[in-house]
Amino acid sequence: MVAAAFRVVADAGASVEVLKVSHRFDLHGKPLPVLEDVSFRVEPGGFVALLGPSGCGKSTLLRLVAGLEPPSRGALSANDAPIDGPDPSRVLMFQDPTLYPWRTVRNNAALGLEARGLKHSHSPRVDKALRLVGLTNFADAYPHQLSGGMAQRAALARALVNDPELLLLDEPLGKLDSMTRITMQGELVSLWERSGFTALLVTHDVEEALFMAQRVIVLSDRPARVRADVPVDLPYPRHRGHSRLADLRREVLRLLGLDGTW
Amino acid sequence: MFLAKSQQSAETAGQSIADAPEMPAARGATWITGVWAAGVWLLAAAISRFIPDIDDFERTNLLADIMAGIGVVFVILALGSRFSGVRPPERARSVGPWFLLLAVVLAVWELLTAKFALLPRPFFAAPQGLLEVFTDDYPRLVESVWHSLRLLAGGYAIGAAIGFVAGVAIGWSRRVGYWAHPVLRLIGPLPATAWLPIAFFAFPSSHSASTFLIALATAFPVTVLTWSGIASVNRAYYDVARTMGASQSFLVLKVAIPAALPSVFVGLFMGLGASFSVLVVAEMMGVKAGLGWYMQWAQGWAAYANMYAALLVMALMCTGLITLLFRLRDRLLAWQKGIVQW
Repeated sequence: MVAAAFRVVADAGASVEVLKVSHRFDLHGKPLPVLEDVSFRVEPGGFVALLGPSGCGKSTLLRLVAGLEPPSRGALSANDAPIDGPDPSRVLMFQDPTLYPWRTVRNNAALGLEARGLKHSHSPRVDKALRLVGLTNFADAYPHQLSGGMAQRAALARALVNDPELLLLDEPLGKLDSMTRITMQGELVSLWERSGFTALLVTHDVEEALFMAQRVIVLSDRPARVRADVPVDLPYPRHRGHSRLADLRREVLRLLGLDGTW
Repeated sequence: MFLAKSQQSAETAGQSIADAPEMPAARGATWITGVWAAGVWLLAAAISRFIPDIDDFERTNLLADIMAGIGVVFVILALGSRFSGVRPPERARSVGPWFLLLAVVLAVWELLTAKFALLPRPFFAAPQGLLEVFTDDYPRLVESVWHSLRLLAGGYAIGAAIGFVAGVAIGWSRRVGYWAHPVLRLIGPLPATAWLPIAFFAFPSSHSASTFLIALATAFPVTVLTWSGIASVNRAYYDVARTMGASQSFLVLKVAIPAALPSVFVGLFMGLGASFSVLVVAEMMGVKAGLGWYMQWAQGWAAYANMYAALLVMALMCTGLITLLFRLRDRLLAWQKGIVQW
């Protein structure tokens, strides 16, 4: 509709390379391996879903890509430069909106700009991002006044304001009711289509992964390994009832060891 | 948290008391509580005016006039609603039952002391005795309040500032925590008043010694609650800011401190309470000014009415300061409440 006018995100997405990454936690003095020899590559502007059983280490992998923690072994790079810390070009969106309750929606969205001292020079970007997620009328509301879906939209606006080349989505729709969730899946996809950033989505919802992503990387139980890399060869916009999605769903469930019930 | 809750429940309780009994006070209805309050205040006035005092009291007539004045106000409020249909103001209606009780208590007090002396004489002052203190000795009372406030403000400000900075530092830096924690554990629980003999000896003036003690009493709860507030900040708040390029100072000033503020205010509240008790002790033990000193001085002269008057003033001062702190909190933490106040 008015995509071009509201474009606030980078035109070029980043490439991501995960190379032989292993990671372990120290749990009461005992090492707990969570990732084992995980490798994959995401092309610039791609949309890849990481699908796996809950607690398998998907979220940890995303934190490593965000640069919040260094991996125990292996290497990660974005745009062929090693990831050695957080960077505003790679924004993480969590399952909880984690909005700051003491800030209004507008000031929450402006967080990244403020953190880098760009609040005043780039403030129109905040309004654009809020318009993009449909929260213009709630700009001065506090987080406790928002519904779950609105709070997650505000978190999305906060991410988009930073012009991300890579959007890391850590089950961002996991806590929403199913209707809001379906709406926001579509919104996220169309946003990605218009904007060109690379998206890496962590989810344990098979339908969500297949509906949204171009590729679904299926991970095993902890410690997570790459079990399969399933391309979703369907154009956007997709229809949820497409027979190809049903076939892929059966295949992915089989890979996850859940085909017995289908 | 618990402060916010208890205050909220108090507010709702206040509302229900105010609303429930007065529901039928529509156009033309009599305000029953108001009639009763008017009657008892006028009765108390009559008791003061017409039953002879057992001793020479200077202000018996003034007391009776004040009581009659309050009675007349309630007559107007109550009859105003009866004949003109103007409902008494919400505020008057909500405090009506309290004024009724106050009149009863004053009348009984008046009878027990000034009129029949049924309570031991010098220890139980009459209402007009207190009134006389306010009318005749107010310059000294005002000066005492001023001195107390000045001493308290200095000590509290220093203590709150040190406590806040220390709490943030301990909560934020592991190294500061390592060195500060044992000191805090050893010194913190010690009542500040235990330092009194050393403080009065070590400091050049009793004023500076008292400032130190008040600051000490304030700093401990503020430190501990600021620290705990900083320590319990949702870790994800930091992750969000860090992925967006936040510096360490941004994480402290714009994330940790605002997130810890509700807890900081609990500390400031507890610190204020502790500072009151140290203030009074310090003024009774060494400082030659202030309300604590006034009470001590009054007791020396067996001027019990002056003591009660000072006690009343002190209560009003303390509750006023607490109210002020709560107002400040409500203003700064508007985001925390269910409704945003505009």
